[in-house]
Amino acid sequence: MTRIFFMASAAMVVLTGWAMAAGGAIEGEVAKRSVNYIAIGMFLFFVAATLVLTAWAARRTRSASDFYTAGGGITGFQNGLAIAGDYMSAAAFLGVSGMVFGKGVDGIFYTVGWTVGWPLILFMIAERLRNLGKFTFADVASFRFEQTRIRTLSAFGALTVVVFYLIAQMVGAGKLIQLLFGLEYSYAVILVGVLMMLYVTFGGMLATTWVQIVKAVLLLGGCTVLVILGLAQFGFSPEAMMRAALDNHAAHEEILKPSSSISDPIAAVSLALALMCGPAGLPHILMRFFTVPDAKAARKSVFDATGFIGYFFILAVTIGFLAITLVGTNPAYLDGAGKLIGGGNMAAIHLSGEVGGDVFLGFISAVAFATILAVVSGLALSGASAVSHDLYARVIRNGKASDKQEMRVSRIATLMLGVIAIVLGLAFENQNIAFMVGLAFGLAASVNFPVLFLSLFWKGMTTRGAFIGGLIGLVSAVACVVLGPTVWVSVLGFAAPIFPWDQYALFSMSAAFFGIWFFSVTDRSARAALDKAGYPAQFVRSETGLGAAGALAH
Amino acid sequence: MVPVHEKILANQRFHELVARRNRFSVTLSLIVLAVYIGFVSVAVFNPALFSAPFLGTSAWCVGLIAGFCIQAFAFVMTGIYTLRANGQFDRLAREAIRGGQA
Repeated sequence: MTRIFFMASAAMVVLTGWAMAAGGAIEGEVAKRSVNYIAIGMFLFFVAATLVLTAWAARRTRSASDFYTAGGGITGFQNGLAIAGDYMSAAAFLGVSGMVFGKGVDGIFYTVGWTVGWPLILFMIAERLRNLGKFTFADVASFRFEQTRIRTLSAFGALTVVVFYLIAQMVGAGKLIQLLFGLEYSYAVILVGVLMMLYVTFGGMLATTWVQIVKAVLLLGGCTVLVILGLAQFGFSPEAMMRAALDNHAAHEEILKPSSSISDPIAAVSLALALMCGPAGLPHILMRFFTVPDAKAARKSVFDATGFIGYFFILAVTIGFLAITLVGTNPAYLDGAGKLIGGGNMAAIHLSGEVGGDVFLGFISAVAFATILAVVSGLALSGASAVSHDLYARVIRNGKASDKQEMRVSRIATLMLGVIAIVLGLAFENQNIAFMVGLAFGLAASVNFPVLFLSLFWKGMTTRGAFIGGLIGLVSAVACVVLGPTVWVSVLGFAAPIFPWDQYALFSMSAAFFGIWFFSVTDRSARAALDKAGYPAQFVRSETGLGAAGALAH
Repeated sequence: MVPVHEKILANQRFHELVARRNRFSVTLSLIVLAVYIGFVSVAVFNPALFSAPFLGTSAWCVGLIAGFCIQAFAFVMTGIYTLRANGQFDRLAREAIRGGQA
């Protein structure tokens, strides 16, 4: 096993170098952006370091529990960093700063929503999840219900979220690397996919967690330096910085007003709901609660994560305002039409070159790429566990699969997810994929979240209610996206959307909650009686942790 | 044999723990939700207040400062809960389990 890993890793480093060199040759002709050797060097160093980490983790990954949850041996602080790392995706880093650069205060609307979800997760869900679950959130959602139906529903809920999120990250990675390193799109997508497969299949949760921790520290540190260097240009006066941003942005004072996408009440409420409840349904984030030894550490990890996330978003918003003056007024970063070279998401990257020179630009570029790599690894692991733990071990084998068989299936599932991610990443290169992250969050908020939430708090919920209600959430979320402006108009080219809002969580979440309620209270089956009778035992365990899956000695 | 969970359910200490912890977490949740709903409502229904200069003269607007403060506030709220839950509530939970198993 270890030998296979070393051979694969060596091949990977060679291939990376070759791909970078080949990219250089191709870029010479296309002349989009010169090859950035400092960035490539730093990135290669990151890849080498994480592969060493994976080799270390591989030796400690023996049982299914090691593979899925690092044996439950991650500390609260480490898990807090890892959760923050999962949350601080490239979309959050480049997207938020880019949104502030383009539109101003809209960015803060997103960051506040993404942050306030965390206290609620802590107060309501975190410790109950830890007390009831073992490897996946489906363990919790299906605790007292008929395994086959609820596991299948939760596994598909997890997989659809993971696949849409993966595609969005892969396409983002390809585009980003084209710009940052001057590499071909297809090399970039394959590189990300193969590295992700290596981390997850060999190192399991332990490697995935440490890659995430390393990246979180680099990203937090890098952004802190970026903001300090940026503010230094304004004599460390945030007031002077904001004054300059208002003077230099084309829209001037208008950037302090919420834009039309937020001023419509239904859109705003829908968006607020998706931002707040989405994280509580994201499988790769929920899975992190099983990597700590007990409820105490689970609480501590949310506390730390909320601090890191809140701090990071303050930095990301500030970076956007810094970029308005330092990047937006510099013709070197603008194309003929006065738009940012490389698109709106490049504001933070250009800013790093402006205030810190080529070395710092290389560092931030490498960190941005490492961010994507770490996030896709977490996604792949949670997708693979939905296949191997929920579908294979619990549904197909009815709980009779051995540890070894389960791990083999999860590794095969990781490889398959990697291939799917690469193929779809290549297929969607020139498609408008902006809707995919929205769809992933919306699905998480309207399928996984309602089922999980009501299974914890509502005694009267039954298997039938959860199953049909969850399906209603899934179907209505997909329908709202397909019939809404992003797909119906932008992708399919129809003149007017059938469903007029971009933000749909208000409708699909209500539909899911109503469906679960309605099909539970009208359920008179024998199974329904069993479901309700199972509540007291679940309640005691969720409140006290009695009988919870414990940490294994390491 | 009576299942352990039924013994615990019959234990007064357990109900005391659940009632106290739920009261605490529901109160904190409502505070966080109220603050968030307030923030969203101002952005949607009173954009003029949202974009008004902070302290009347600053280039920073009220909405931005409020947003940063809410992020810090979220951190403080998780801290308050974690402190109390990891101390007092966990002690009550241990007592409730012991009472149930005795």
